[in-house]
Amino acid sequence: MVATADHYVPTVNRGAPIADEEVRGMEAALDRATREHGITYFGPSDTRQGIVHVIGPEQGLTQPGITLICGDSHTATHGALGALAFGIGSSEVEHVMATQCLWQRKPKVMRVTVSGVRPFGVSAKDVILSIIASLGAGGGIGHAIEYAGATIAGMSIEERMTVCNMSIEGGARAGMVAPDDTTYAYLHGRPFAPAGDLWDRALRYWRTLPSDPDAAFDREVALDAGEMAPTVTWGTSPQDALPITARVPDPSESSDSVRRAGIERALGYMGLVPGTPLTEVRVDRVFIGSCTNSRLEDLRAAADVVRGRRAVIPAWVVPGSGLVKRAAEAEGLDRVFTAAGVEWREPGCSMCVGMNGDLGRAGERIASTSNRNFEGRQGKDVRTHLMSPAMAAAVAVTGRLTDVRALGRA
Amino acid sequence: MEPFTTLTAVAVPIDLPNVDTDRIIPARFLRRSRGPDYERYLFHDVRFRDDGSEREDFILNQPPYCQARILVAAQNFACGSSREAAVWALTAYGIRAFLAPSFGDIFAQNCGKNGALAVVLPGDVAARIRRQLHDRPGAEMTVDLPSQTVTAPDGARHEFQVDPFLKECLLRGQDEIALTLSHAAAIAAFEVRHGQEMPWVA
Repeated sequence: MVATADHYVPTVNRGAPIADEEVRGMEAALDRATREHGITYFGPSDTRQGIVHVIGPEQGLTQPGITLICGDSHTATHGALGALAFGIGSSEVEHVMATQCLWQRKPKVMRVTVSGVRPFGVSAKDVILSIIASLGAGGGIGHAIEYAGATIAGMSIEERMTVCNMSIEGGARAGMVAPDDTTYAYLHGRPFAPAGDLWDRALRYWRTLPSDPDAAFDREVALDAGEMAPTVTWGTSPQDALPITARVPDPSESSDSVRRAGIERALGYMGLVPGTPLTEVRVDRVFIGSCTNSRLEDLRAAADVVRGRRAVIPAWVVPGSGLVKRAAEAEGLDRVFTAAGVEWREPGCSMCVGMNGDLGRAGERIASTSNRNFEGRQGKDVRTHLMSPAMAAAVAVTGRLTDVRALGRA
Repeated sequence: MEPFTTLTAVAVPIDLPNVDTDRIIPARFLRRSRGPDYERYLFHDVRFRDDGSEREDFILNQPPYCQARILVAAQNFACGSSREAAVWALTAYGIRAFLAPSFGDIFAQNCGKNGALAVVLPGDVAARIRRQLHDRPGAEMTVDLPSQTVTAPDGARHEFQVDPFLKECLLRGQDEIALTLSHAAAIAAFEVRHGQEMPWVA
């Protein structure tokens, strides 16, 4: 069992005591309780601190074949390494701490196969947004998803984490990718990963884990990555995703009255006019971070876009962990961002959920690399557009939703 | 945990699909303790104006729906965040039974830990019941766990499925931790075996 402070931690002034008295008390209680019970704790002053779904894999705590739970719905992220990982509520967390186990029914299983070559500009975020748009926000209810196919197999572990992370946005509590050589290479040498003889034993076991070639699934879904484009959300559910080349949908074109009412409500909240090209939507603020997209590869992708350019609206980069931050700084990414006028902050969940006070202002429109565009998610009456780090960086330098491909290759 | 057996009460229809738990209780209230005011956080930002007054356009502010103890929703009700506070806010308000074509998996799980029942009904049945509740505001209906039936305002009875283990726990108001701890010896034996088979899992 490990603990970290992520949702409530401030992303500035980390040398000083936490300004918010209540949060300071919560952190102190967590520090004390973990000490008393001998639980590994990565607190705000520890370089290894960060978003729980970033640090688990980073520390090698997340391993193929384990059952991993956390009191957070984005726990499926860890499925990228072939773990059965899912989010639970606080009563279930209590149950696990008291008993080491949980009562579970075997979920139904769905395989989402993505094949084809991703065109230039199509990131893992675009892949998962496209999958969710296809499944619907409730399409995966009652299922654990296996993401398979050549496109997924060709992804790095960090990219697979972005995909698995948003499984819950398609209704599935768990999402996973079969472990392979990419997984083993990622894990090897990490602090909590097995070493020596144990590594060899673990590896033998891990190689038995992938689904059999003739495995049967309750549901199969297939998508072609070759048809995908950089994607943004326009509404208030992650399923409301379209290629950046599209226009704001017109509710009058929907024949289903419930769907029509849903689109109307979403457009009303989002302050969008049907038929407007998405690339004409002006944006007020950019957030690059969250358990979906705050790892080193994400920050590199964003830095490649802003390098040599200037942000024209307020933009933040919040690294996923202290170690991600340090690695990014070693590559000079922090200087790329700050030279472009982008704010470089301390690790945490930050503006994905705003529980630490990192919130947008009412009416603001935010381009965000996080996972939820729900009403009020980033602040009361704040409008969220989800997208990849490269796409969010493109918004930072143009001030509107932008097709990153139009800015050319880095 | 308070047992759940039979509930006959006013029901409120919520027609919006994919109602997320951020809407049910915004994140800024998650640090608040579960005092007598907890029900105020339920649906806060769509239920109240900035000055704290009620928004008449929100159905729970309209009598007699404000007396609801049963909520009939559309698909994927309470999706998104795992926050158990969504169940706490609903039960603090007094709503203990939820009927919908589908629920967020974690919410459905959380209900069972708090003496609340999430009933899955076919989409057309749920839509028909919501329609009846709009047509006859304040209509009562019954959710009966022992017989696994819902009686709609029009008197029609609809059967539903429920996990037998969950049903037993709800009927008895069983504390799951105590139940699991009665298997402590088996759990300890598993831990030993698992540690031998997979010593790399710290």
